[in-house]
Amino acid sequence: MTDFLLELRCEEIPARMQLKASEDLARLFTEELARAGLKPAAIDSFVTPRRLALVARGLPLETAAVSEEHKGPRTSAPPQALEGFLRKTGLTQDQLEDRDGVWFAVVNKPGRATMDVLAQTVPAVIRAFPWPKAMRWGVASQTTESLRWVRPLQGIVAILGEQLVDIVVEDVRSGYATLGHRFHHPGAITIGGADDYVEKLRACHVIVSHQERQAIIAAKAAQAAAAHGYTVIEDKGLVAENAGLTEWPVPLLGDFDPAFLEVPPEVIQLTLRINQKYFVLRDAAGKLAPAFICTANIEAKDGGAAIVAGNRKVLAARLSDARFFWEQDRKTALADHAQKLARITFHEKLGTVADKVERVAKLARWLVEEGIVKGADADLAEQAARLAKADLVTEMVGEFPELQGVMGGYYARAEGLPDAVADAIRDHYKPVGQGDDVPTAPVTVAVSLADKLDTLVGFFSWGLLPTGSKDPFALRRAALGVIQLILENRVRTSLNGVSYGHAMTVMRQLTSESLTHWQGVLLNYDELPIEKKIQLNEKLSGENPETWAGFEIPPNIAHAMVTFFADRLKVQQREAGVRHDLIDAVFALGGEDDLVRLLARVHALQSFVATDDGANLLAGYKRAANILKKEAVDPAIVPAAPSEPAEAALLAALDAAEPLAARAVTDERFADAMAALATLRAPIDAFFESVTVNDADPAKRAARLALLDRVRAAVHGVADFSKITG
Amino acid sequence: MAEGKALSFQDLILTLHAYWGKQGCVILQPYDMEVGAGTFHPATTLRALGPQPWNAAYVQPSRRPTDGRYGENPNRLQHYYQYQVIMKPSPANLQELYLGSLVEIGIDPLVHDIRFVEDDWESPTLGAWGLGWEVWCDGMEVTQFTYFQQMGGYDCKPVAGELTYGLERLAMYIQGVDSVYDLKFNDAGVTYGDVFLANEQQMSKWNFEVADTDKLFRWFKDCQAEYGRCIEANVPLAAYDQAIKASHVFNLLQARGVISVQERASYMGQVRDMAKGSCEAWIASNADAWSAKFPGWTA
Repeated sequence: MTDFLLELRCEEIPARMQLKASEDLARLFTEELARAGLKPAAIDSFVTPRRLALVARGLPLETAAVSEEHKGPRTSAPPQALEGFLRKTGLTQDQLEDRDGVWFAVVNKPGRATMDVLAQTVPAVIRAFPWPKAMRWGVASQTTESLRWVRPLQGIVAILGEQLVDIVVEDVRSGYATLGHRFHHPGAITIGGADDYVEKLRACHVIVSHQERQAIIAAKAAQAAAAHGYTVIEDKGLVAENAGLTEWPVPLLGDFDPAFLEVPPEVIQLTLRINQKYFVLRDAAGKLAPAFICTANIEAKDGGAAIVAGNRKVLAARLSDARFFWEQDRKTALADHAQKLARITFHEKLGTVADKVERVAKLARWLVEEGIVKGADADLAEQAARLAKADLVTEMVGEFPELQGVMGGYYARAEGLPDAVADAIRDHYKPVGQGDDVPTAPVTVAVSLADKLDTLVGFFSWGLLPTGSKDPFALRRAALGVIQLILENRVRTSLNGVSYGHAMTVMRQLTSESLTHWQGVLLNYDELPIEKKIQLNEKLSGENPETWAGFEIPPNIAHAMVTFFADRLKVQQREAGVRHDLIDAVFALGGEDDLVRLLARVHALQSFVATDDGANLLAGYKRAANILKKEAVDPAIVPAAPSEPAEAALLAALDAAEPLAARAVTDERFADAMAALATLRAPIDAFFESVTVNDADPAKRAARLALLDRVRAAVHGVADFSKITG
Repeated sequence: MAEGKALSFQDLILTLHAYWGKQGCVILQPYDMEVGAGTFHPATTLRALGPQPWNAAYVQPSRRPTDGRYGENPNRLQHYYQYQVIMKPSPANLQELYLGSLVEIGIDPLVHDIRFVEDDWESPTLGAWGLGWEVWCDGMEVTQFTYFQQMGGYDCKPVAGELTYGLERLAMYIQGVDSVYDLKFNDAGVTYGDVFLANEQQMSKWNFEVADTDKLFRWFKDCQAEYGRCIEANVPLAAYDQAIKASHVFNLLQARGVISVQERASYMGQVRDMAKGSCEAWIASNADAWSAKFPGWTA
């Protein structure tokens, strides 16, 4: 058994790609070895900006010999079959065995030297390496067939035990030599093998382990901060990024003018983290400290004084820019900034951002006035909606797009606008994804819902729906946001109705300029019968086919939206352990588009089907449904009166349960509705046990089928059980 | 940095010229047209195409009308200098050559923290892209380092390495000054402000306020028409000049704020078509000679 060291050295690998590349190398290498029948006992992976490396431990010196048996044609088969078999196996006839009239070939493959396997494996791994972006370089790039790597590949170290594995890829040939730190040890160093790799490089100012560099950065940054009475605001992503930018990380602390702290802390943090990759610090009181930690890649001759001085200067220039933006932006009222939104296209089919703002303002106000979002002031909701996007044209958001909303909130407060408005501006993009905070302040809820619904309705108007993994307008996230807002705040509304109403707003806005003569018709759109609506849509399309091709009519939009929400709800609820078939079972009833009520019903259903009564009722339902599917009832036949006791009992049970279940559903007492259904279980079981549905007497048969149909209908009053699996 | 020994602006340029000249680069003069970046110089754009080796270095004045600040911002200018190096095929030691140039201008990599930070480059107007880094010195970006993969929509065969130094920024760092206008231009007391402040003030005013937009629109159309004639007459170098001119006129129109967001994409597309068309014609007019000299090479 022996160990194998592989190092692939290249020019600086982007920090964000290193850990994934390290995993990919270990995986691909293991897979390739497995193909040759080799399995290392363990793999250690290393990665720095300039090298990807691994040590495969416990490899045998050669692969095991393998004996493979192949079954051939019958000995009586025509000679061509035998010839083919000999060609395939590479044997002659006298080497075959005749076992009961069938030819067998036994091929003994001797073991291969691991050295040879590696000499083939490594180039294969290099050529197949899945870099997210790769490039060509140098003389070899005269053709596009030349090797692609993340940045120019410069050296290969491949040592099995103490033996060099000879590998040639393009113009790079393996050797014992590598390079140490770019500036501390620019010359070549010779590696003996897997055992001295890590320490030899450490001696040359390279820490090959990404994890170790991360640990050093975290520990030394914390130390440097503590020496000034500060603490580092934890940021694992930034630690990893800096570990990906250094081979010999040296965290250094610098300060900045405290006067900059008048700029909102989010801005300072982003300037430090995103632009400069600095750690952000807090003082003893928990406030942002006027200091930063940068991570140098050298042990500087002057102890880092010049590096800190240089970084301070760069940071000061950046913070001056930020302060300039902060001052500049506040000279203009948000309402005036908002005017400029007319210059920004939201989407070519959906007008400018100003157009969107107009629609969102209308919808936000309507949601409050209709009592759908409770406890909000309609004027404030409209005001917040009108200002919510204004910060998009400010200098600060131009510089830091991730501060959209946040800056608007600051500017609104600085202007003295009501807190509810400022909060709504700040938070209206939330929730962004499943783990994000869901707004609960009523004005914010109104604006946030309106913004997302408008986006959805807008894109649905043009059939611009997500397909597969492509969701360029983030509609799934918008729908998820709507669902979260609705459930968290128990917003009671018909999604179909809201979508329909807002689709009308979109349609009127989009058509008002280009097709003014449709205005009159559109105003009465709601009253038009569906055929007229379709006709109108066709006319719109015909008016200017290029402009209107693909434009949907409001009823279709609302329908598509509700289906989309159902799908998103299933995904969203999966994590909460809600069965998607039960959501289907409730959706299938049709007309249920109040998510709060829908989910209450689903929860009750889930509890119910988990009980014995529920499971048996489901079984009985399925049996009834199956029979009904197969049997047709001649409507001319008059059903007979119940003749069996079980028939009468089931009828009585239905008479009792149906009104109870119906009332419970109306009152949204879904557990009670389930309990009412549960009373049917015993009578149904008894019915199937003692009654033959397919009676010879057509009148009796018709009566029994009618009874089963009632059972099905009663169950459907609560949920479509046919959608429930199991 | 050490102010006492720090290079003046002109000595910085002369030092880089001497250094890159020694590495085998032809030291060219700036292209005599308004361009937005050193990459537009035909010595980069067109020479990046085709198989023949090419090593060049030059200073290129770069005009970015929208970056003008009337001489009031200490580090934003509508006219500034880039130092451009192109080496084709990219030599195996290009990073080392580059680091050597930093040492030459007085940056000691064991005192200053030099880093190669991922930054991929693309120029939609040139139909070009490449992979590389921005080079950081103590947290400041001082150079863009790119391996061209495509130019004018064509694969670069072979790949060229391109270095673009921001000269004013580098000089400010070396001299330790906070405003570009305080840079020592030479060692005889002339500052960058003495040379360029009035230019920034007046050109900002012209770019933003004065330039006659009707004329600019007309010039854009004229460039396009002339470009078409050049292509027809099979003079791709002249066609490329028209593409550069149109690109600058477009930048001026942007600064005057008369191009809407919607139109912007269309104008950029027109400039790109001209740039790509010039590259295509350049390749076509050379392809036979290139293939003859470099057997196996195809566009």
